[in-house]
Amino acid sequence: MEGKGPVRQIVIPGESVGGPGVKPGPGTFGEGGKVYSAHLGVLAEKDGRVSVIPLSGRYIPEPGDAVVGEVVDVGPSHWLVDINSPYPAPLHATESPWHVEFGDTTRFLNVGDAILAHVLSVDEAKKVQLTMQDREARRIEGGQLVEVSPTKVPRIIGKEGSMLDLLKEETECRIYVGQNGRIWLDGADRDTAIAVRAIRLIEEQAQAHGLTEAVREFLEDAYRGREGRGPA
Amino acid sequence: MEDIEHIPKELKLIDENGVRLDGRRFDELRPIRIEAGVLGRADGSAYVEWGGNKVLAAVYGPREAHPRHLQDPARALVQCRYNMAPFSVSDRKRPGPDRRSVEISKVISEAFSSVIFKEQFPRTSVDIFIEVLQADAGTRCAGLTAAAVAIADAGVPMKDLVTSCASGKIGGVVCLDLNKDEDNFGEADCPMAIVPRTGEIVLLQMDGHLTYDEFQKAMGLSIDAAKRIYDLQRDALRRRYSTTVDEILREAAAAPAPSPAPAEVAFDSQLDDLGREGSP
Repeated sequence: MEGKGPVRQIVIPGESVGGPGVKPGPGTFGEGGKVYSAHLGVLAEKDGRVSVIPLSGRYIPEPGDAVVGEVVDVGPSHWLVDINSPYPAPLHATESPWHVEFGDTTRFLNVGDAILAHVLSVDEAKKVQLTMQDREARRIEGGQLVEVSPTKVPRIIGKEGSMLDLLKEETECRIYVGQNGRIWLDGADRDTAIAVRAIRLIEEQAQAHGLTEAVREFLEDAYRGREGRGPA
Repeated sequence: MEDIEHIPKELKLIDENGVRLDGRRFDELRPIRIEAGVLGRADGSAYVEWGGNKVLAAVYGPREAHPRHLQDPARALVQCRYNMAPFSVSDRKRPGPDRRSVEISKVISEAFSSVIFKEQFPRTSVDIFIEVLQADAGTRCAGLTAAAVAIADAGVPMKDLVTSCASGKIGGVVCLDLNKDEDNFGEADCPMAIVPRTGEIVLLQMDGHLTYDEFQKAMGLSIDAAKRIYDLQRDALRRRYSTTVDEILREAAAAPAPSPAPAEVAFDSQLDDLGREGSP
């Protein structure tokens, strides 16, 4: 198993994570020449810059994020989308992939519909705008949604998408992971069930090293058991 | 002191050997137990047992602030509700907010306001709920201590945990962490909350009278005790994720010879069920 090494250190808000000469990265703050953690999280250090990856917390939108949203309100020229964050996210009709006449928004999306979208912009006051001007953006039909903690999303995607590729390959499901912790899966019932279990496994053991291998093992086991309960 | 005439004459809150009613010395805390992440629905939670006090804290947010007109376009609101259960005291407490709990809610939310990075979450609110299940004097300190752990558990960024402890005067002696009888029949009670890393004081109240020197001494006792409580809070937060650390260690040890972990056996049996469901 690669990259075993020591268990990553858990830090607590206010804990000192670096002295002078260390730059404060995300999840930390500098005060009086020293760097402290702002989160309950795991410590990461790179090129003289320390950061703390939080273990919990809400999703805060960033421009460019892929998100899975639910339409919660409809206006004459926009939809209001819940993206699992403290901020409501409007999707303007001009940012949709369709040509929408004023007042004709409900012909395309209605309250309760789920969509795959991207965050177009987030301003100082955290006013969010969504866009669906993208190849993969669309209204979701079929499949199922699972919710995970947004802080675990990077682990589910893996380095350069390795974990996600593994999941897709083994389960033959279509999987779309939103940065906001919502995951859409579509495939055969049993395949999706196995994929959901694998996702829960990743969520539970997000801090583990060699997680991709553990998940591969789990998936292979799951499919071996299924095919006629063959080699035990 | 006319108002303490009703004290039984023979009652000595602290004897000539410096031992209190419950056997503690002037600088001893009651036993404290802290647990983080005890509630499933809240974003963060904590449970504190502090002597006879039992307190639950739950934290939500940052989330959209309601009602909308309360939203601050520049920063998050920190809102707190301190509430005592009707069964938390010996005479049933009339449920609902009263003068006392509104005041405590206010001072606690202000204490946390100064450590949370509010500017990172404009227009939102961080809601803290403190439920006192059993009270035995010092509930606001226990509540604050629990809430600090709950906020960290919720992943809300902050400068440091907040730690709280009370000191008071009983039988003419300045003592740490008064219990119910000492609070009722003592001369003064002075709860405070500090930010341990910087030593900032974020809550300071006093009931009764202390001279300047006594106050100085009480403050010294509380600050000392806060450091001990701080360690308990940090411990509770670490323990919350230590099970995961154990799993990592077990996984690492088992890596050369792959053997099915108990969790995977459970998955297998569930998949068997699925298989049966899928092929009727």
